[in-house]
Amino acid sequence: MTDNIIKVGMADVNFTKHPGVLVTLGLGSCVGIALYDKKMKMIGLAHIMLPWSHQAKNNANRAKFADTGIMLLLEKMSEAGASVNNMVAKLAGGAQMFTFSGSSDMIRIGQRNVEATKAVLQQLNIPVISEDTGGNYGRTIEFFSEDGRLMIKTIGHGIKYI
Amino acid sequence: MDLSALNSFHLDVLKEIGNIGAGNAATALAKLLNKKVDMKVPQIRIMGFSEVNEVLGGAETPVVGILLSVLGDISGYILFVLEQSAANTLVNILMSKKPDEELEYNEITLSALKEVGNILTGSYLSALSALTGLNIKPDVPALAIDMAGAILSVPAIEFGKTTDTVLYIETEFIEGKDRVIGDFFLVPDTESYIRLLDSLGAMS
Repeated sequence: MTDNIIKVGMADVNFTKHPGVLVTLGLGSCVGIALYDKKMKMIGLAHIMLPWSHQAKNNANRAKFADTGIMLLLEKMSEAGASVNNMVAKLAGGAQMFTFSGSSDMIRIGQRNVEATKAVLQQLNIPVISEDTGGNYGRTIEFFSEDGRLMIKTIGHGIKYI
Repeated sequence: MDLSALNSFHLDVLKEIGNIGAGNAATALAKLLNKKVDMKVPQIRIMGFSEVNEVLGGAETPVVGILLSVLGDISGYILFVLEQSAANTLVNILMSKKPDEELEYNEITLSALKEVGNILTGSYLSALSALTGLNIKPDVPALAIDMAGAILSVPAIEFGKTTDTVLYIETEFIEGKDRVIGDFFLVPDTESYIRLLDSLGAMS
């Protein structure tokens, strides 16, 4: 089984077919966007750090942002035979790891990442069928191509499947 | 100038900055613990974001992270990461309890941990300030106890707005033979590490 596990790092996208598993370790404010094409049994995962590419000075790395990251992942999955019409999405992450009393604009970055992700998916007509977002804790996620289930592991907040 | 333009001389100067800052902080930590605390040679890590989660002995390792914004002539973050058992010992000592007593996280113990962060980062930055002649001050600390990867991603996201790599000046604290108890990261933004190098005459 371990041969089928593909790690997706920060600002990275990847996809695989059955029986592959996609894994992202230690998601904080970043959002893990999990796309599943049921017919093809194909899964894709984008690990985005920031909401909108046009708000950043440097947007060369498309995988870094919610908007361009989703498009990049879709392009790769479509090339491999997946269809947007068969896709559903699951989301995890978008936490606020630190609570600042100051006026740092790092506040709410997790929430803004989730909002941007949902807006982009809605435009693309990809339904978000489940999510585990927000809070103040990190998440490790494992995405299974077998049935599209997404396992979420935390420290002190249990394990769940969505 | 971006990170790839740094030569080995620049990197050595940045290492020395880590050495002096962390040396001062290690002394403060040794005083708090009443134990000898050693440190490793600082490392300058220039990483792509996909590698960030892998430092600190794995992305899922539970750690105590104390994060402060750096204010004044330079800006960026300073992140002090403590192994959980070391955090436990520190708090018990500060609360005048037995060092190995089990730690319950509550408002008082959490604020004690923040205070440790304050003292150590304060000594790191004041050494840095004295060395460079720059005005460098820490902001109020914030604390999180969670997966190392999730904690390290916070300063990385700030970098993400402008670059595709992140520069960490990392110094590990060691107790006894080889037990890593804490890890200090200075994460200056792009303009700030140039300013740091410039203040030491390393840019000419």
